Amino acid sequence: MKRSTLAKILKRLKPYTPWLLLTVVAAILSVAGQILAPYFIGKAIDGLVYTVDGAGKRVMDLHALSREFIVIAVCIAATVIGQFVLSLSNNRVAYHVLASVRRDAFAKIGTLPLRYIDDRAYGDVSSVILADAEQFADGLLLGFTQLFTGLAMILGVLAVMFVMRWEVALVVLLVTPLSLLAARFIASRTYKMFKAQADARAEQTAFADEMIAGLKVVKAYTREDENGEIFGELNEKLRKKSLSAIFFSSTTNPVTRFVNSVVYALVALVGAMLAIATVGSAAPFTAGNLTAFLSYSNQYTKPFNEISEVIAEFQNALACAARLFALIEEPEEPSDEGLPSLENVKGNVKAEGISFSYSPEHPLIENMDFTAETGKRIAIVGPTGCGKTTLINLLMRFYDVKGGAIYVDGTDIRTVTRRSLRENFGMVLQETWLQTATVRENLCMGSDCTEQEMINAAIAAHAHGFILRLPKGYDTVLGEDGLSEGQKQLLCIARVMLCRPPMLILDEATSNIDTRTEKSVQDAFAKLMEGRTSFVVAHRLSTVKNADLILVMKAGEIVERGTHAELMQRRGFYYELYSAQFAGDLRGTE
Amino acid sequence: MKYLRKSLNAYKKEAILSPLFKLFEACMELVVPLVVAHIVDVGIAQADRGYIVHGILVLVAFGAAGLLFALTAQYFAAKAAVGTSAELRRELFTKLQALSYEDIDLIGTPQMITLMTSDINQVQAGVNHTLRLLLRSPIIVFGAAVMAFTVDVYAGLVFVALIPVLTAAIVTVMAVCTPLYRKVQEKLDGVNLSVRENLQGVRVIRAFCREKEELAVFNGRNADLRAAQKRAGRISAVTNPITFCLVNLAVILLVYVGGIRISVGALEQGDVIALYFYITIILTELVKLANFIYIVVKAVSSMRRIGKVLDLSDEPSLFLPPEREEGETAVSFENVTFTYRGGGAPALCDIAFSVKRGETVGILGGTGSGKSTLVNLIPRFYRTGVGKVRVNGADVDAIPKDTLRNEVAVVPQKSLIFRGTIRSNLLWGNDGATEEDLLAAVGIAQAADVVEAKGGLDGEIAQEGKNLSGGQRQRLSIARALVRKPKILILDDSASALDYATDLKLRTALKGLDCTTFIVSQRTVSVRHADKIVVLEEGRIAGLGTHEELLKNCGLYREIDASQGGDEA
Repeated sequence: MKRSTLAKILKRLKPYTPWLLLTVVAAILSVAGQILAPYFIGKAIDGLVYTVDGAGKRVMDLHALSREFIVIAVCIAATVIGQFVLSLSNNRVAYHVLASVRRDAFAKIGTLPLRYIDDRAYGDVSSVILADAEQFADGLLLGFTQLFTGLAMILGVLAVMFVMRWEVALVVLLVTPLSLLAARFIASRTYKMFKAQADARAEQTAFADEMIAGLKVVKAYTREDENGEIFGELNEKLRKKSLSAIFFSSTTNPVTRFVNSVVYALVALVGAMLAIATVGSAAPFTAGNLTAFLSYSNQYTKPFNEISEVIAEFQNALACAARLFALIEEPEEPSDEGLPSLENVKGNVKAEGISFSYSPEHPLIENMDFTAETGKRIAIVGPTGCGKTTLINLLMRFYDVKGGAIYVDGTDIRTVTRRSLRENFGMVLQETWLQTATVRENLCMGSDCTEQEMINAAIAAHAHGFILRLPKGYDTVLGEDGLSEGQKQLLCIARVMLCRPPMLILDEATSNIDTRTEKSVQDAFAKLMEGRTSFVVAHRLSTVKNADLILVMKAGEIVERGTHAELMQRRGFYYELYSAQFAGDLRGTE
Repeated sequence: MKYLRKSLNAYKKEAILSPLFKLFEACMELVVPLVVAHIVDVGIAQADRGYIVHGILVLVAFGAAGLLFALTAQYFAAKAAVGTSAELRRELFTKLQALSYEDIDLIGTPQMITLMTSDINQVQAGVNHTLRLLLRSPIIVFGAAVMAFTVDVYAGLVFVALIPVLTAAIVTVMAVCTPLYRKVQEKLDGVNLSVRENLQGVRVIRAFCREKEELAVFNGRNADLRAAQKRAGRISAVTNPITFCLVNLAVILLVYVGGIRISVGALEQGDVIALYFYITIILTELVKLANFIYIVVKAVSSMRRIGKVLDLSDEPSLFLPPEREEGETAVSFENVTFTYRGGGAPALCDIAFSVKRGETVGILGGTGSGKSTLVNLIPRFYRTGVGKVRVNGADVDAIPKDTLRNEVAVVPQKSLIFRGTIRSNLLWGNDGATEEDLLAAVGIAQAADVVEAKGGLDGEIAQEGKNLSGGQRQRLSIARALVRKPKILILDDSASALDYATDLKLRTALKGLDCTTFIVSQRTVSVRHADKIVVLEEGRIAGLGTHEELLKNCGLYREIDASQGGDEA
């Protein structure tokens, strides 16, 4: 699993091989500069020796240092260029890979079987495309360079130190793991405290979320003070938990700093003793050497702390990448390329022995037949969960039937492209959906229409009036909740009206519009529906009364069919349903 | 920022002590190069092993002291940061509760929740890092410069030259970067929007065969984001090389100046080593600073957002000097015209009618006709612009907010029931209600079966009442209003999820109560027995009277009634 994820990541990185090589070269350049600069600075300091002339004055040849200065300048230049190029090429790779995985993941939304999306919370899928992709890029790619430069730095410094003086290098090598151990010890201790903090925070957030969502009710019942008290208690609890978590975790830096200062002191001790012991010898340990060593011991410990952080992030990034690739590799809906399109549709819809279920254990629709003649209005009624929405899923081929077939004008809908099928259906769903875009863009979504056609559709859907009352009329950008549910639904109706498809599907679409508006909308629809077949999941008396055919569904089966009058006469399931669901008007009159 | 200061005020002691101990710690750190210089100049030069050991022990002692100071500083910083954010969170919550409906609409629930959670956490992290690191850095940087001066004045001048240049460089990079990062955030919002919309609208997009177009839109936004990220990355990539370059150039200069000073006998080799270490300390500190500055920048913008909400004024309890409530009229509207803030046309126009005590009033009209707006003016959830609303004869602007809302109980369209028990929810109506009061309210609201189903009044309710059906929530929320024993009861389309039989029983039970009742509905059947029906159309009164009167002289009412099958009665 992990290995294959890594392999996939490498495959994604392959087109960027030149950039990655550049990254490596730049990293080595920058590390080399950073390691050599202190060495030559040490040498320059060693060069600060003087002789005393006859007059007791110090004489020093500063020009002799110019060679060291030039070398130091070269080191600086190498580091500057190295660091800059490293960042640039690294950013390039990271952001391009990020954009490409995001694009691939997003494209899946359009091609995945609907089952995949229906089975999951929206948040789960979107967090893969957004958060996981981000963490993948951050952790894996940016972390990678940190890991790489860190390792290069550690090895480079160690090498240089051992070459310079193995005795002192050994001290550094042996003592530094202490700071890592200290950091790990603290991290393991604070884990529990962070957990307690997270729990306290969750409790408070849950309360705040609920009360903020119900703020108007809170105010209507003047519960501000009581809520304030509860919130205060939760807040105090969180404060205490946070304090211990944050304080204990923040001890990491001072503690590692202390360990590092011990390392520093030991280097100074061993170095100074060595300097005294080697005075006058062939290879003296000079003050300049000591300076370089002290500087190295600082440089050497730093990447250790960074690397332990990077590794944690790295693991997290791998997990994110695995989720991301799982989404990208999810099997798509079978391609319908090469299939003919459905053309010149008259709108004769026929279902023959269809069966369907979302899961094999719970059969839903079994062996169902019906015929919807061209231009007829079919009302589908039944209790919740009887399969009304499923039927629409099948008609639109959001899902495919498991058995039997659905024919449009005698053509099995699985033998034509989905696109051509769906273009022939106009659909208004129970939940309205509008984009964050202008009213115009939302209305014209499915068609190339003229301004006048758009306005006519809006007028017919009784939306023109309130659209004009919006701040910018048809050019108003719709926010997430600027309009009432009913108004949104009117816009969705207008949108479908513009497409003038031969078949219509209305899923309880009018349930949020008041009856009077609904009546007007239905008048408009009636005009539109002349010669067009329509399926309506009905919740209103007027809908069932005007239907040419009512399909009464119960537990995935059509138990009765006929017109309103016929079904009422039969006094069967429809009659019962009607009495409970639609006839309140009658009973309400006492 | 003034709010942050206010909240921080309670932790003044900690906010001062923390940097103070940081200062002590920094001093410990700054002494180290001096000790090393002495080890070189005295210990090594004179081969004095005892002196060296002594010096090392001093180093370790300073390290240990530094550790103690640092821990103390961290503790105070954590206490101040956590305390400040707790204070701020409480204040924000109180403020949100005190806002008017108009401001609540304006801010919106998602933003309020973001403010309460991520923004506050951002501020906490910011305060914590500011106290711990941001103050440490200047102390170390300036401390190092000061120490350099104590070593040698000329060498000190190198530091004096270096610090402003470094500061200018870092500030410039930050100034250029911040707007670039804001751009990145904006572009990211665009990408987020695409993803969310496409997931939620997957059926519609497929129905309209818009997959390709949506992908094209996303690709555009995605490419924009990438470009913005690269642009910001390019600038921030400059930070580290620039600091490294400047600091090391200063090192060259320092060694050169050091050489001159040694040659005139003002310095020794060890002093130059010390000076070199001071410069390295500055470099390390600045690199750290650059990494944490981003946290602080984010905290500042979070604090700004919080500040904007805290700036809003509380909903006033009174707008006018209090008036006595008296008279037979329970509610009257006097030529009321109301426009929502930012709304184009008025939502209500020239509304005038009055209701006698004990009457039942039906408010009927289509979607967006202004029914809810009208009843929301009675408990002064929104303030009328033109005209007056009177409750019991007094202008609602002249009745204290809490008094008014105790008299008027509104059952909103969307029934919200909160986590706890049935009892805890009902007690919202009136904390002093007895068991009998509660059960009576439950009975009238036709919710006895709900209480029974949940195992009595102490039955558990999940968050947002998720373990109840829509109809159950509606009935409990009606019961909650009844517990209040209000003088005026407003049912804002709050029986829509009830079947007709229950709706009828509810209305019959309400008739027996001694209160003025408003029933808002889209169905004529729910209002036909009211003493008075107000028919609204596009914010205006289209008819006013009883069912029979309206059938006779209100075309709109007749039409609505007919469309709902009224004639079959």
